[in-house]
Amino acid sequence: MNNFVEAIRFIGRNGQIPGEPPLPTLVHLTLETLKIAGIGIGLAVAIALPIGVWLGHIHRGSFVAINVGNIWRALPSLAVLAIGVAFLGIGLRNVELALIVLAVPPIITNAYVAVDGVEPEIVDAARGMGLTGWEILRDVELPLAIPLIFAGIRTAALFVVSTTTIAALTGYSGSLGDIINNETSYHLPGVLGAAILIALLALAVELVLAAVQRALTPRGLKLGGREDLATVLAPVVTEA
Amino acid sequence: MIVAAAGGPVIPTFGSGSGSFACERANRLFCPGWVSRNWSSVLWPALVQHIVLTLIAVSIGFVLSMALALVAYRRRWLERPVLIVTSILYTIPSLALFELLEPIPGFGLSRTTAEVALVSYTLLILFRNTLTGLREVPAEVRDAAAGMGMGPTQSLLRVEIPLALPAIIAGLRIATVTVISLATVASLIDNEGLGVPILTAISNEVFKTELIVAGGMAVLLALAADALLVLAQRALTPWTRVKAA
Repeated sequence: MNNFVEAIRFIGRNGQIPGEPPLPTLVHLTLETLKIAGIGIGLAVAIALPIGVWLGHIHRGSFVAINVGNIWRALPSLAVLAIGVAFLGIGLRNVELALIVLAVPPIITNAYVAVDGVEPEIVDAARGMGLTGWEILRDVELPLAIPLIFAGIRTAALFVVSTTTIAALTGYSGSLGDIINNETSYHLPGVLGAAILIALLALAVELVLAAVQRALTPRGLKLGGREDLATVLAPVVTEA
Repeated sequence: MIVAAAGGPVIPTFGSGSGSFACERANRLFCPGWVSRNWSSVLWPALVQHIVLTLIAVSIGFVLSMALALVAYRRRWLERPVLIVTSILYTIPSLALFELLEPIPGFGLSRTTAEVALVSYTLLILFRNTLTGLREVPAEVRDAAAGMGMGPTQSLLRVEIPLALPAIIAGLRIATVTVISLATVASLIDNEGLGVPILTAISNEVFKTELIVAGGMAVLLALAADALLVLAQRALTPWTRVKAA
């Protein structure tokens, strides 16, 4: 228990250890972790969302969209990082590439399933009202698909935050994972403090994304409106 | 252990003088010679450890989640608290969870710590899939079972669980590949499994061959396990294929 108390003190001291030279502050490392993860998620969304949404809109490529997701689940993040290090060396480039490799598939799969699954009667009605293909996508399919699309982004985000910290094991420094990988300098309380912070960070990211998802979901889709932590936190992994 | 630590140079042994280690010394992308020399001493044992770690975690996770799901199936109020706790466990990044468990008395740097963390990642997926599978059994089917004179237990064992099998196995697939993935990180705590050669290769000034082979083995193991479970599902639920025909 004493270690946990010391860990909280370590967080309170912003990651400094008394009597030792200054270390990177926890605020800095947390922001850096968010930056690395944010770039990864941002690029992954930019790549994957248009592909998934478009494939869903034209109802094609289900085999690719769904199997990409199946193979993704089998990719161990440390292995992806390690193989990347062999080709690209240690550095931000490799980390971001690994993050994108891990984050793109669930976003594609979920976006595809979400848009593809919009009821055909609704799309037909929209077409009958004279909407063009683009308008149908923007005004009908996307709003209805948002919950599932966002579930994919959240699943990916969870993976990305987790992998960002694991990247420290492959020699890339800059994230909160550094502290865990450097027990000799930080000792057990420091490592524990970083672990607590990483856990809280991941939970915070999940809750923020859940709130964004809720804000973006059209009012008509919020059935009953009663959501609790269970439905808010549990990421939906689309099954195929 | 002390003898082993004192003896021998740190791997990879590049050797001295002989030209046969040229590939290793140049640290080329892939040295087949290194793989064959280290297969039986490094790679194969790591693979076996990885499989054992995974099997233990998935089995324990499966038993726990099945029990929880079966109770929650009968007592609905249990569903929410179980989902909240397991979602929080699922959300905690693996690296953090391993470190959080380590200082707890009786855990430390051990297989127990690794397994407890790995099991905790399977619970959400297995629990949710099992419960969803059971809930989706049509009411008419349950009525028919009751009409044939089956009691609740018999109906559960002979009708409801078999019909929920596709969902249960889908959960097992996700849980298994998740555990295989996280077990590489567990090497940090446990010093076994395919994470060990990966971390060794990094500390040896990025020895590429070992990174590619160990990383590739982890990926292939996950793909193979996933494929095996798909086959198991086909064998166990022959009726699901009738629709496709």
